[in-house]
This record gives sequence, structure tokens and C-alpha cells, in this order.
Amino acid sequence: MRLLINKLVLGLSVVSALIGLAFLGWILVTLFVKGLGSFHFGLFVNDLIDGGLRNLIVGQIILALLASIIGIPLGMIAGIYIREYGNGRYAQLIRDLSDIMMSAPSIVIGAFVFAVIVKPTGGTSGFAGAIALAIMMIPIVINTTDSMLSLVPKELREAGIALGASKYKVIIDIVIKAAKVGIMTGVLLAFARIVGETAPLLFTSETSNYFSLDLTQSFPSLTVSIYDLANEPEKSSRDLAWAASFILTVIVLVINLTGRFITRNKNHK
Amino acid sequence: MAIMNIKNFSFTYAKAEAPSLKNITLPIKQNKITALIGPSGCGKSTLLRSMNRIHDLYPGNKYDGKIELLDLETKKVNNILKIKKENEFIKLRQQVGMIFQKPTPFPMSIFDNVAYGLRIQGIKNKTELSDKVEEALKGSALWKEVKDRLNGSAMGLSGGQQQRLCIARAVAVKPEVLLFDEPTSALDPISTAAIEELIVELKKDVSIAIVTHNMQQASRISDYTAFMYLGDLVEYDKTENIFLNPKEKQTEDYITGRFG
Repeated sequence: MRLLINKLVLGLSVVSALIGLAFLGWILVTLFVKGLGSFHFGLFVNDLIDGGLRNLIVGQIILALLASIIGIPLGMIAGIYIREYGNGRYAQLIRDLSDIMMSAPSIVIGAFVFAVIVKPTGGTSGFAGAIALAIMMIPIVINTTDSMLSLVPKELREAGIALGASKYKVIIDIVIKAAKVGIMTGVLLAFARIVGETAPLLFTSETSNYFSLDLTQSFPSLTVSIYDLANEPEKSSRDLAWAASFILTVIVLVINLTGRFITRNKNHK
Repeated sequence: MAIMNIKNFSFTYAKAEAPSLKNITLPIKQNKITALIGPSGCGKSTLLRSMNRIHDLYPGNKYDGKIELLDLETKKVNNILKIKKENEFIKLRQQVGMIFQKPTPFPMSIFDNVAYGLRIQGIKNKTELSDKVEEALKGSALWKEVKDRLNGSAMGLSGGQQQRLCIARAVAVKPEVLLFDEPTSALDPISTAAIEELIVELKKDVSIAIVTHNMQQASRISDYTAFMYLGDLVEYDKTENIFLNPKEKQTEDYITGRFG
């Protein structure tokens, strides 16, 4: 009887895993087939106005990088604070808030930035988009930093203190170094997470058909343009949307795999 | 001569009601090895960790009594429990070094590990640094094994080597006292023997207090032994007296293995 239940549970888990994988495979295959079908290298040379994606890819990456410049230092400092300095209720409150922020729907963050930045400044802009992405990124970076620092054994901190180092010096010289690879990986995964976001950009940066580096105006975004293109009646637009989705997936996949590669290399050492 | 004098010392952890150490009086003699033994929870590590105030990393603990430390340079005696300022703490920890149970190499090169405390002392001159690092590594019997890879990561060393590196790191700043908190309990017998030999060698230059679970270790290397039980100091004497003619019944029961 026990053996039978064992087999049954095993069978069920295998089936559920297969169903999950099948859907994942289906998505990837569709993307590859449809995306590759309309993929050509001209996409990287022309802007959207000429039927290419160059401005969108560059714009998306600039938005994500700018968001990282804002979000990574803030998130890391907050994470260091709650793990190393915050004791008691206050730190726990920040930790809880950050966890809640992490599960906040991204469209809500977009609406928030629309209300506090886009409206007062009189229009959508690259800055507003980057800020919305940064808001998404901060709780992820806080969480990663916090949990990576918690893995550093307390003996290491004590050993630094026992040599006469002050607390901040121990944190900078020793603790962060010990957690460096973990934090870097987490940051990279956070970047991968925001680089493919649409909702926070939809009414903050919008998108643009032209190549632009002016962050005070509507800014080209790959994800928002996918959304727009997919809603167009012409087949050519929808093909372009497929190609763009394909490229976006590849970008996210590469960043994710790099993150995993770093972690694996660290564990091998 | 005692380099440290613990007088009527009591210690209560933050949020604890009862003290973990009760009215301890104990000398740490200069250039001798003092072993602290006793069953788990007797307070021997707590006592050791009071001797460089490492407890203060975690706020809220209560100290009573005195722990006096003789400054060998100025010949002055200071009560280390009175220390409040950051720079006095730094000085205390450079005078009273500590080695932990698990090796704690920092994630940096072997050289930088040993130079860490020296740099905190403000030594910047490269030749002076490398001379002192070499001296410390030689003093910890590690020089021959690492001299060709000083810039390699300390994480690549074996457990025993890492522990000797930690000793080198502590010795480099020329402390007066070294505290060892079960330094060999995470090591194999061969590494343990090397560390024990090193500790005995070190007492020429520093005074040593060692917490150990291993009674053979205490009897092999220490000159004085303190037996503690449930936060009290039961007996303190020369090591041979403790192991051959203990005065207290509890001590005898513990060292003969009747409890513990």
C-alpha cells in the first residue's frame, strides 16, 4: 500500500512537472518560430520608423541601466542597513515593507509614477520610466543584499572586530567582499527582471518611433512598442512585434544565464 | 606575574535574567598558558569573550566587577570594563587578540589577511608591512608553505593552514594576550598537533588563555587550569595539581570523566 502511494505521488509530480515544462517549451518554440521568421539583421540598423528595432533596443537598455544606477546603490545601502545596523522593530518594518513592495503589481507602480512625476512635469519622459523601473528594482536588491549578508558567518565579523577594526570597516572590507558574488548575481537577476517590464513604462516613458537620447521626452521602449505593434492591424507590425519579443527573450535569457554561471563558478571554487 | 586580573567578575547576557558568570576571580599569568575547562554552558567561552569585550558587538549585556589589563609599555593597569570610546576599543583588541573555533580567513589574499591588523595600526610603508607579515607567518610556522603564493586567496588554504593564518594575523599586531576559543575543535588530529605546538611556542612572546573541550589538550599544553561549572569558577591551580590532585570533588569528577 505504501509503495503504491509512493508510486502515485511520484507519478503525479512527474506529470505536473511535464505539463509545466510543456507550456514553457510551447512558449519558447512559438517565440522562436514566429520571431526567427521575421528576424533579420536590418532590425538592428533601422529605427522603428523605418521598420527596425534599433532605437527600441538601445532605449530599453538605457532605461534599465539608468534604473540600475538609481536602484542598485539605494537598494544595497538599505539592505546593508537592515542587516548590519538595524536592530529590532525598525529594520523589520523596512524588511516587511520591502517584501510587500516586491509583490506590488507593476502597473500600480507605473500609475504611481504617472501621478507624482509625469503629471507635474507635464508629460511622459525617459526619466519617469527609469524611476518607475528603479522603484521595481529597489525591493529586489534590498532583499538580495539582506539575504546574502545574512549568509556571512558572524565569526567573520567577530574576527575583524577582534583585530581592532571598526564596525563599518569590517562591513566594507570583509562582509561585503564575502557576499560579493551573491550580491552581484542578485543584482544581475534584478536587472534581468526589470529589463523586460512593460507596465511600469506604459504611461511613464511611453515609447518613441525615433532614435532618442533625450530623457526628458517620451523615450523609445522595446516592451511598450511590442504592446503597441501587437495591437496594429497590419501583419508587418505584428511580425515586428514577434521579432522584438524574440530579441527581448534572448536578452533576458543571456543575463539570467550569466547570473547562474557566476553562481556556479563560485560554488566550484 | 599576572598580565590580566579578573576580579569579582559577573556577566549577564542581554535579556537574560540570571547571570551567566558569577563572581569570577582569576589571574592570567604573563607568558603562561591558562586553560579554561568545563562542561558545555559553564561560561568558559563567555568569560574568554569578555576579555576583549567582543560581547559588545551585541548590545545590552551587563558587566560587573573588574577585568584589569597591564599595559606592558606604560606599565599602567586599566580596567577594560570601563572602556567606552572607539579608539580605546581598537587598542584593547590589538592588545588582546582572539582566535576562533572555526578558521576565519578574510576573503582576500594571504598577505592582506596578515597585513589587515597592521594596516589598521596605520602602517603603510610597503617594506615594513612585508617584513612584519613575513615575521608573523614565520612565527606561525606557515611561511614555508605559503611564501610562494602570498598573493593567492586565503580561501584556498586547508583548514589547519587557515587556522595558522588566523594566528599569524593575530600575532602580527604584537598583542600582549591571545585568546583561543576552542581553536582545534574543527581540525583533524595532525593539524591539531601543529596548532598545539605553535601555541606552546607562542608563549615566549604572549600570554595565552585557551578554552578547550579537550582535557588532554589542556593537560598537554597549559601551565594553569581553571575549571568552571554553571557560571562559577570551581577551582584554579597549576595544571598538574588540577589533573593530579584536585581539591574539589566536582573537579575530580569532571576530569575523571564522571560527568560533563
